[in-house]
Amino acid sequence: MTPIDFLLWVAYPYITLTIFVVGHIYRYNHDQFGWSAQSSQFLKSDPLLKWGSILFHYAVILVFFGHVGGILVPQSFYPLIGVTEEMYHFGAVWFGGAAGAAMVVGGALLTARRLRNKRISTTGSRKDLWVLLLIGIVTVVGFTNTAWYTATGGEFDYRDTIGPWFRGILTFRPMPEMLATAPWGFQAHVFAAFTLFAVWPFTRLVHVWSLPLEYLKRRYIIYRRANPKQTNKKAQ
Amino acid sequence: MKIKAQFGMVMNLDKCIGCHTCSVTCNNTWTNRPGAEYMWWNNVETKPGIGYPKEWENQEKNKGGWEMRNGKLALKAGGKANKLLNLFYNPDMLDIDEYYEPWTYEYEHLVHSPEKNHQPVARPKSQLTGEYMDILWGPNWEDDLAGVHETGKRDPNMQGVDEKVKFEFEQAFMMYLPRICEHCVNPSCVSSCPSGAMYKREEDGIVLVDQDACRSWRFCMSGCPYKKVYFNWQTNKAEKCTFCFPKIENGDPTICSETCVGRIRYIGIVLYDADRVKEAASVSNDQDLYEAQLDLILDPNDPEVIAQAKKDGIPEDWIEAAQESPVYKLACEQKIALPLHPEYRTLPMVWYIPPLSPIVDAFNGHFNDLDPSVVFPAIDQFRIPIEYLANLMTAGDTELVASVLKKLVAMRTYMRSVDLGKEPDTTLIDEVGVSEQMARDMYELSAIAKYGDRYVIPKAHREQAEDMFAHQGSAGFDFMDGCESCAMNGEWKDPYEYSESYWSDVTGGAKDGRQ
Repeated sequence: MTPIDFLLWVAYPYITLTIFVVGHIYRYNHDQFGWSAQSSQFLKSDPLLKWGSILFHYAVILVFFGHVGGILVPQSFYPLIGVTEEMYHFGAVWFGGAAGAAMVVGGALLTARRLRNKRISTTGSRKDLWVLLLIGIVTVVGFTNTAWYTATGGEFDYRDTIGPWFRGILTFRPMPEMLATAPWGFQAHVFAAFTLFAVWPFTRLVHVWSLPLEYLKRRYIIYRRANPKQTNKKAQ
Repeated sequence: MKIKAQFGMVMNLDKCIGCHTCSVTCNNTWTNRPGAEYMWWNNVETKPGIGYPKEWENQEKNKGGWEMRNGKLALKAGGKANKLLNLFYNPDMLDIDEYYEPWTYEYEHLVHSPEKNHQPVARPKSQLTGEYMDILWGPNWEDDLAGVHETGKRDPNMQGVDEKVKFEFEQAFMMYLPRICEHCVNPSCVSSCPSGAMYKREEDGIVLVDQDACRSWRFCMSGCPYKKVYFNWQTNKAEKCTFCFPKIENGDPTICSETCVGRIRYIGIVLYDADRVKEAASVSNDQDLYEAQLDLILDPNDPEVIAQAKKDGIPEDWIEAAQESPVYKLACEQKIALPLHPEYRTLPMVWYIPPLSPIVDAFNGHFNDLDPSVVFPAIDQFRIPIEYLANLMTAGDTELVASVLKKLVAMRTYMRSVDLGKEPDTTLIDEVGVSEQMARDMYELSAIAKYGDRYVIPKAHREQAEDMFAHQGSAGFDFMDGCESCAMNGEWKDPYEYSESYWSDVTGGAKDGRQ
C-alpha cells in the first residue's frame, strides 16, 4: 500500500464524507429557502424532460437499492436467505444493467435539454451543469463496470473488495488495500462518487432528502397558528 | 363544532369598470421582481374569454380542484400515492407559455443607437432568454373582447350558451371578472402540496406558501382550479396572493381593494364550522354546493355561536367584526353574492355579485314600466346570458342567478320610488322576498358603499400575532430574493442596481447610502 492509496481510499473518503455530513447540517440550518428540487418544468414541459426525468429518477432509486444490496449487505448474507451466487449475479447484471441503462439514457435526455433549450440554459446555473457532468461520470463509469466488465466475466468481484472496504469506512476500520488492487474502472467510479458526495450538500441534489413520504400520512388541509416567538427570533 | 374565523372578499361586478388598477397596484406591491414578473396575483379578465392562464377553467384538461369519486371527496388530479408517483414530472402542469412569456423592451437602444435614417425602436426581448421575441400572447390579451371571436369559443362557461349567442359584433356581450386567490375553506392547493409547505392560517384562514418549506414539487399549481398559485422561475418556489396579510393584520384592506376605483370590493370575516368542511364539500350534487357553503357559515348573532366562538378562542372584537361583516351581509343575509365556480368543491371565499346588463330588445329602450310581470320574465333576455353567469357562479343553476338579478333590479325599483319622493313601491321587493329594511341595507352597502362599511377588518391580536415592527426591512419578498441558490452562482442581479447606478451618476451618489 502506497501513500497514494492511503490518500485515495482513506483520507479522501473521510474528507468528502465529512463535508457531506457537515455541509448538509450547515445548509439545512442556514438555507431552507434554497433547499429545493429547483424544477424547471414550468419553463418548458417537453418530452425531453418528461422521459428524461422519469427514467432518470426511477432508475436512480433502483440503482440506490442495488448498491445497498451489493455493497452494504455482506456477501455472506445471501446464502442465508437462499440466494445463490448465480441468482445474485443474474440480478446484478440484468436488473442492475437495465437500471443503469435507464439512468444513462434519462441523464442524457436531461443533459440535452439543459444544453439545447435556451430558456433552461439561460436561467439555469453553471453549477447545475457541473453536477450533471459529475453524475454523468459516476453513472457512465459505474454502468460500464456492470454492463461490460462484470457481464463479460471479469475476474474482479466487488463484493469481496469494495463491499468490505465501504463497510470498513463506515465502521471506522479503513482497509485501503481492498481497493488498491481493484481495476481502474471501479476505482474511478468510487473516486467520482465520493467527489459527488462532497459537492452534494451545496447543490440542488439536497432535494433527495426531501422526498415527501410524510404526505402519505398527513391530513389534507393544514392549519398553522402564528408563532410570535419563532417569527421574532427570525426577524432578529 | 369547532369555530374558525376566515377572511373573505366580495366583488360587486356591477361596478367593475375593468380599469386594472387593482392588478397594477398588486403587481407594484408584490410581484415586480425577477421570476415573478409574469405573475398577476390579481388579474382582471374580460369574459367571455379563455383568461389567464389560457383555459384555466377547463378542469377536464387541468385537473384542478376536487371531485366526487365513488361517493368520496377526492383531488381531481389523483390522490397522495398518485402524486408521489408523478413527483418527477407533473402531467397536469401548465407551463409558462400558458400564462405568457415575460418580456421587457430594449430601452437602452433608444439612448445608445447611432445616428440612422430611422427612429430607433425598443424591441421586445424575452426576460427568460434575453432574445428578441415576437409578442404573441400576453397578460390581459383578451381585454375588452380583443380576439375573443376566436379564443372565446374555448371558454368553458359558453357551454349551453353557444347556440343562442354568437361572437358576432351585434350579439356580443362582455363583463369583467377580477380574480384573486379564493383563500378557499377547502383548498385543493394546500391538499396537493406534498411537502406541507402550504397552509391556512388558523386565525384568519389566509392561505400562504411557506417559502422555506417549499421544495418545488409543483402540485399546488396544478391542484388549484383557479390557477392562482404561481411558480417563481428564478427562486423555483411557489408564490401566491397573500391577501396582503401585513396590511390585513393591521386592520387595513388589501392593496387591490384599497385602490379599487369602482369601490367594488368588500372585505370582512365570517365564522364557520371547521368540523363540517369536508361534509359541506362532499354534497353529491354540484348545484347544492352553494347552499352547503352558506350552511357552513355560522350566524355571528346567534348566542350559541358566540358562546362556542369564545370557547374556541375567537377574540371578542373579531366576533363583533363578524357581525358587522359586509361579506356575511352580502353572501349570507342578502344572498346576492355568489361563489366563483362552486363546482370545484374548494368552498372559495371570494364572492361575486353578478352584473346586471341591458335587456335585449324587450322594451325598445323604455324601462319605465316596472311591473314585475313584465320585468322578471325579461331577466332571461339580459344581454349577458343567464346561462353564462350560471356556469360561472352557480354550477349551472340559472334560477339562483335569476333570483339574485331580480333582487338587484327590485332594490333599484324600490329605491327609485323612495328617491323620487313617491309612495315606496314594494311590488318588486315583495316578489323576491326582500324586506324594505334589507333593500335599504343593500342600497347602502352597494350604492353608497362607505369605506367603513366596505372594510370591516379586525386587527390581528398583538399577543398572538407577529411583531410587524421587528419585521420592517427584513421580511417580504425583496429580502427573500437574496437566496443562496440565486446568489451563489453569481448570476443574481439586484433589480435596483441599474436604476441606482443610473441615478447616482446623475445626482452624484447613491441615494440609499450604498457606495
